[in-house]
Parts: sequence; C-alpha cells; structure tokens
Amino acid sequence: MTTAREHKTHRDSKSHKVPKDDRYEVRLSGSGGHGVILACVMLARAIGTDPRRNVVLTQSYGPEARGGAVRADLVMAKGAIFYPKTMKLDLLLTFTQEACDKYCQDLKPDGLLVVDSTMVTKVPIKNSYGFPFIRLAREKVGHPMVANVIALGAIAELTGIVPREAIRAIVKEFAPKGTEEKNLKALQVGFDVAKKAKRK
Amino acid sequence: MPHRITSARKLMQGNEACVHGALYAGCRFFGGYPITPSTEIAEGMARLLPKCGGHFIQMEDEIASMASIIGASLTGTKSMTATSGPGFSLMQENIGYAYITEVPVVVVNVQRGGPSTGLPTKIAQADTMQARYGTHGDYQAITVAPASVRECFEQTVKAFNFAERFRTPVTMLTDEVLGHMREMITIPESGELEVVDREKPDVPHEWYHHFEITPTLVSPMASMGDGYRYHVTGLVHDQDGFPTANPNEIKAKMDKLRNKIVRFADEVTQLDVEMVDDAGIVVFAYGTTARAARQAVHMAREKRIRAGLIRPITIWPFPDDQLRELLAHVRRVLVVELNQGQLIHEIERVAPKTCKVAGLTRYDGEVLNPVEIFKRILEVK
Repeated sequence: MTTAREHKTHRDSKSHKVPKDDRYEVRLSGSGGHGVILACVMLARAIGTDPRRNVVLTQSYGPEARGGAVRADLVMAKGAIFYPKTMKLDLLLTFTQEACDKYCQDLKPDGLLVVDSTMVTKVPIKNSYGFPFIRLAREKVGHPMVANVIALGAIAELTGIVPREAIRAIVKEFAPKGTEEKNLKALQVGFDVAKKAKRK
Repeated sequence: MPHRITSARKLMQGNEACVHGALYAGCRFFGGYPITPSTEIAEGMARLLPKCGGHFIQMEDEIASMASIIGASLTGTKSMTATSGPGFSLMQENIGYAYITEVPVVVVNVQRGGPSTGLPTKIAQADTMQARYGTHGDYQAITVAPASVRECFEQTVKAFNFAERFRTPVTMLTDEVLGHMREMITIPESGELEVVDREKPDVPHEWYHHFEITPTLVSPMASMGDGYRYHVTGLVHDQDGFPTANPNEIKAKMDKLRNKIVRFADEVTQLDVEMVDDAGIVVFAYGTTARAARQAVHMAREKRIRAGLIRPITIWPFPDDQLRELLAHVRRVLVVELNQGQLIHEIERVAPKTCKVAGLTRYDGEVLNPVEIFKRILEVK
C-alpha cells in the first residue's frame, strides 16, 4: 500500500501539534474587463518569486465573456496552504459598488479595503482607501486599460506584501510588446498615489 | 523530440500543469473538443505538441475526440483528450471501446456542475461514479484525482503510466477550481519521475496474439504498421481480436479485463493519510475538497479533537483493503464531497460495523469551506 506524503511534522509527534497559520488573504474584484484576474496573477507571480513563500490563486467568474462579476482570490503563507480559497480577507480591492457591498463582510475586522473611488461612492468601513484608478489611468497614463496596474501599485505600496522591484519586474514581463513603458508608468502612479495617501 | 521547459519555479494553473505532465509522460497526440473548464488543456496542447513533434487535432465533437485518441494510440503514440461533464458523457461509448480493445489512453475530466450543460464555470465532484460506471458492460476503471497543481502534473504522468502498464483507458478527475487554480510549481527534471511505456512484442510475426493471455494478463501491444497482424473490434473477441461466441473464450476475455487490474490493484492504489493513527474521527475526501478537509482536520486538532484525514489519490479501483485496515480502530468517518452523495456508498460498503459513516455534501456550485467541515466534525464526532 502506498501511503503518500504523510506530513513529516505530524508523523513524529504523538500529540499532533498544529503550527499556527500565517495566511494572508487578498481578494481583487470587479467586472469582466477590469483586469482583476490578470492583476492578481501578476501579484501572485511577484509574491512567488520569493522561494520561502507559498501562494495560491483561485478565480470566480460567470459564463459571460464581458461584464458579470469577477473576482480573484489569493492566499499567501510561509507554510503549506491547504484550503486554496479565502476565508477572511486581509485585503479587499473592488472596482465596483456591487462587489464592494457583496464582499465587504468577508474582511477581517482589521482588514483593509481599497476601492476605485469613481465607481464606489458608498464605502461601508473606515479602514479604507479610495483612488480614482480608472480616471488616473486615463489622465496620467493616457489609457483606461492600465487601471488594474495602477491598483496593483497602490496595494503593493499600502500593504508592503511584495517589494516594489519584484512587482516591477513582473509587470514588465507581462506587458504586451510596446506597452512596457505605459505599464511601468501606471505602476509608478499607483506607488505614488498610495504613498501620498499613507502620509495623510 | 524531448519536451523542454526550464525547471525554475513557475506560477501555473492546474490545467497547464496537466499539459506539461502529459508531455513529460511522452504524450504526442491530443484529439479534443474545447469545453469550459478544461479548455486550457486543449490550448496548451495545441501550442506545445507541434514543438515536441506531436500532433493536435480539434475534432468535431467529443465522440470523435475519443475515437481519434484510440486510433492514435493503436499506432503506438501516447494519446490524451480532456473534457468536462457533457463531453465525458459523449465519450462514454468509445471509452467502452477502449476498454474492450485494451487501448491505453488518458481522459481528463475537469468536473463542473451537471447534469447536462449544468454549471460551466462552477465546481462539482458529481462525475465520481461516472468515471467508474460511465460506459456499459463489465470492466474495471482506473481513476486518479490530484489535489494541487503539482499533483496535476504528477498524476497526469501516473495516468499515462497506468494506461500503458495495464493497456486500458485511465481517467483523471480534476475540477473547475483545481483546473484554474494557480500555484508555484517546479517542473520535475527529465528522469525524476518514472515514465512507463507499453510492452511491445518480441516474438516472430506469426506467433503474435494481440490479446494473448499472459501471466500478468496484459498482452504485449504491437503498433499498427509494425508488421504484426491483428484485428480490432468492439465485439468480444478471441486472442487474435476476431469476434467469438464461444462461452469459454468470452469468459476468458472478460476475466482478463477484470483480473489484469483487480489482481494488481496495489500497483495503482495511492492514499494520502494524515493523523489517522490515533484518530476518533476520520474525514474522507478527494481533490479540492480534501484541501478544505485537511484545514478542517487541523482546526479540530487545535481544539484537541482527534481528527484525521484519508485522501484517495487513486479513486478507482476503490482502496477497499487499505481502508478496512485504516478504519479498523476509527469510530466515525465523515465523507465530504461536492455532489449529493456518491463515494459515501463506497465507504458504507467497506467501513467496519464499529465505524459509523456520516456525510457532508454541497452541490450549489461552491466549494465546501473548512469551517463548514469543522462544524460537521463537531456534530458527528
């Protein structure tokens, strides 16, 4: 009989001591087309460049090609990640009021909410930041499509879950040919607005 | 042509890992029809197979897809298809053809909600019994079920190994969440995992019997074009593949189909067992559900409840003997699955009388979370 992979830590001790969880859970949400899944893939890649950290990314979407509620959930931990989905969020980013209303209750009491302030006008909790991501993308970078990258820069800056250089390298890698500069600029815009907001 | 990929740690989807696992195992033909949530497998194969000297064909439907991989395998090429529930149903007739003609193929079913078109983008584990009894007639199924991206790679390799070793179709059951889940994975180096190839005949052409009853009951398999003569039909056949109505030959063929797997089931059984030695309650779950179950078991241990986990990685053949032994001193077993109760009947069949069986199911397109499972552990412990 093959008994694959009995977890070593539990095999030796009769008491089966369970190590404390250090899960950090993130959800990026919006509508189809906002690029939340791609943003989350980039975030996961950047986190995964650190070999000491595990990361799992799951996604939820409807059968529509455009529109419809979309969310990407990311779990990171130093130890093994068993349950791949999120349970209580440390960080929630939303591009729509609908997603904000729906997912806000999934935040931990001290969880952080980040919203696109042009789309989300009613912010239900205090521990939150609002940035006009889509407007910033249009005005500062010249294209609304990079709003997700600005948001990525903002949450990286606000939380420090991933170093600037790591996320920069991944954004550069993911950018379609010819758009590297635009995307890196968008990321910088994200870093800058978040840094300014933090100081206040 | 070897399949090359850098061995650095990569962020990869379960479906992508399945593609790389297949190429690692030597798969060089994919015939398929894209369907959510399995489409990334077809996409990956279409992109990578030509680079490895293989072939990809998008067929007109799943019936033809299954036919195409049987044909390709008969030429000596390791072959695979991937689908989800609706396609798996269409494939059943030809899967039966592969059982009786003893053609090694791999079928991946990335499960979604059903029946019929059901829930294209939502998770389910409702094809568990279909993988065992989907096509008609008597046969033994081999089914593997990974629970992580790394395992999607490893179990695809295993699925090919089992198919080649036993000359039989092998199903890999994953699910929507696992197929689309991304995790860091280090692709194994060439030679790191075992890769099994089918046994070829080394006898003179005139001595060859394509369905010869050997000590292992698995017959060496000549490829079409090798110069060996044989016949392939879905009718019950003799050792050369020609239809027979002789009861002795029929029985011999049916016994061969059954016993080539039943007698060597230990070779395919894979169980992941954690904290069962002192457990009062054991949770039994596979695939994505098992990950939530593991978390719930750890939550229970934190509360000093002696819980354990048994996760079958090979679901079929069902690990009867191993489970009887493992459950001998367990008072409760909780079967957790994303359907209206399928594997629970298998557990009820094998659990000793001293062990009470309880279930926890969910079938609304969502995964069971650890808290739900933990609460159920408290209820039934």
